[in-house]
Amino acid sequence: MASIWIVPIYLSSIGQETKIISVLDETGVFFDHFTDDETMQFVQAVPQLKAAKENLNKMGNYALLYIPKPDLHVPNTAIIYSEKQASLDVKNYIKGIMKKEIEAQKLALHGIDPELLLSIKTNVFISSIKVDGSGKEEKSSAEISMAVGMFSSILIYFFIFLFGAQVMRGVIEEKTSRIIEVVISSVKPFQLMMGKIIGIALVGFTQFMLWVILTSTLIFGFQYVYQDDLKAFQNSQITETAGQGLFPTAPVETENAEVQAPDENIGFFIDALLAIDYAVILGSFLFYFLGGYLLYAALFAAVGSAVDSEADTHQFMMPITIPLILSIVMAQFIITNPHGPVAFWMSMFPLTSPIIMMIRIPFGVPYWEILTSGILLIIGFIFTTWLASKIYRTGILMYGKKVNYKELWKWLFYKA
Amino acid sequence: MLFEAKQIVKRYSGHTALDGVSIAVPEQSIFGLLGPNGAGKTSLIRIINQITGPDEGELFFEGRKMQQSDIYRIGYLPEERGLYKKMKVGEQAVYLAQLKGLSKADAIRELKVWFEKFDISNWWDKKVEELSKGMQQKVQFIVTIIHKPKLLIFDEPFSGFDPINVQLLKKEILNLRKQGASIIFSTHNMASVEEICDHISLINQSKTILEGKVETIKNQFKANIYEVEWLGQFEQMKSNLPSFLKVLDDSHSNGSNKTKFQIEKGSKPNDLMKFLLADFEVLGLKEILPSMDEIFIQSVNASSK
Repeated sequence: MASIWIVPIYLSSIGQETKIISVLDETGVFFDHFTDDETMQFVQAVPQLKAAKENLNKMGNYALLYIPKPDLHVPNTAIIYSEKQASLDVKNYIKGIMKKEIEAQKLALHGIDPELLLSIKTNVFISSIKVDGSGKEEKSSAEISMAVGMFSSILIYFFIFLFGAQVMRGVIEEKTSRIIEVVISSVKPFQLMMGKIIGIALVGFTQFMLWVILTSTLIFGFQYVYQDDLKAFQNSQITETAGQGLFPTAPVETENAEVQAPDENIGFFIDALLAIDYAVILGSFLFYFLGGYLLYAALFAAVGSAVDSEADTHQFMMPITIPLILSIVMAQFIITNPHGPVAFWMSMFPLTSPIIMMIRIPFGVPYWEILTSGILLIIGFIFTTWLASKIYRTGILMYGKKVNYKELWKWLFYKA
Repeated sequence: MLFEAKQIVKRYSGHTALDGVSIAVPEQSIFGLLGPNGAGKTSLIRIINQITGPDEGELFFEGRKMQQSDIYRIGYLPEERGLYKKMKVGEQAVYLAQLKGLSKADAIRELKVWFEKFDISNWWDKKVEELSKGMQQKVQFIVTIIHKPKLLIFDEPFSGFDPINVQLLKKEILNLRKQGASIIFSTHNMASVEEICDHISLINQSKTILEGKVETIKNQFKANIYEVEWLGQFEQMKSNLPSFLKVLDDSHSNGSNKTKFQIEKGSKPNDLMKFLLADFEVLGLKEILPSMDEIFIQSVNASSK
């Protein structure tokens, strides 16, 4: 996981050699504003375009930047000649510098003080504050709630799919390799099924913890080693948001209006971060994480037991995957209206509640709702496990039979 | 009796797999559980193993009602058998032995002995998928008997083995009986039934149609057929044949006749001898008992009608 974050930065920092760009600036306005750094170097080209173009190939420069004298009084065009397609970084950087310079000149032309312009730019912030029954106020942020909710429900979604499918494959493997009959002559089918579900849950948790630990170690380690590069990278991202050049180490002075957000805004974000009830979120995350997995894993096990090979699973996978996919699709609507009736009912229904409730919780859900949904989830889990164990114990010993839903229904009523 | 199943009934929706089947396996014996495909053998074996429960009837182990814990004293080699393909042979054998209640140390010690005996010690660290089918069968056999069960259930144990290993296996099965185990042996191979079984039970269409000691059953099914080797003219003998005798088969070799006679009920082999000795020289006489194959086919056909 850490690699997703680290590799691009690393890749962007290697394989860069200094690009020499010759500049033929007929306006004479821009050349001084291009600053050299380790990735780009700007040199003055010979004054004739034709000669300059010939030189480009001869001297092996990266590109030739030609800024012609404008027809009107403000220059706003330039041409880049290069052997290969000039990179976006270079283009953006040049564009940024020129734009800034032209704007400055235009402002000067109209007699506007740049400082004045900057002070006109305004960002509007709306603070939202939760008020509970007793009149206690708490700062909240819809954005942060959204992020926390979405992140945890996506995690639950993946965990259920990933490890549920692993349970199913395990069951199919035991069935097709025919070891099943040996094993269930020593343990009860129910024990075997629960053992598999719990075992894979533990494998999943271990894997998950490893991700968390490795990711944080790697990211912190990386941050420490590449401190400088990273700052530059962050800078470049900031410049990007400010609508300027994209080039990593470009020391561009931008109108950082958005970056220099008012102090109270940052303070508000911190307040909102602190205001989130992490104990409740973490606790309910673990509960829905585990509950959702157990509920679905039993169903996955039942599907695995009813078929002879993984290719036959599709017809039975539908009823399992539909509520899961539905909840993750609904998630984006529920996040905009976390207290509506759809959100409420979906967070009560055990097949969708693990994902939907996790989206709602960061927005603040009454305890009785969490409790009801939790109890329903436990009941749902007991029910699916009971259902699954009935199908499982018949299914694992059934070979070469085309099983359909009617057949599964019959299995529910077989005596052990 | 080591194990008894009384009046077992097992129904699945639509059909009855076992309809009042009873078997009794004496101590230190090999019990053949026979029957055509789909007769209900596997259902019965699964009930004995407590994989499924009977709808009616009772199971007894060592004279008392069978308990859950008795599964640790049963070893089961199913007909459709396999191992975890990705696991190492030794690891897996230890795991399966532990499932049967052995401690890890005991399991390893016992397994090493058996691996030595079957000459497969160097497979311990190999993955199962690298083994041939016959090799896997050996491992499975060892795993079945590793916890020294009192009752062993072998379902078609010889399938997938070459003749040399079949011999090895037969020897070990007889050895196990000698050491005090009883064996329920399910097979279609009637030759091996005759060779090693003491008792049999023949199931057809969910019911027991034949049971008892192998010798008793064979005697029950004997059709009073005798093969006589004698000297003389066959045509002359045939023309004088008394009414209580029937010639079934005849062949000549080295000047002598080998003739199969069937004696009608009420008459004795002595009557046959008297008739032959009057005119011919008799070299030898032996009774022809039916093979288990014939008994199997005959009984199944009779009961299916």
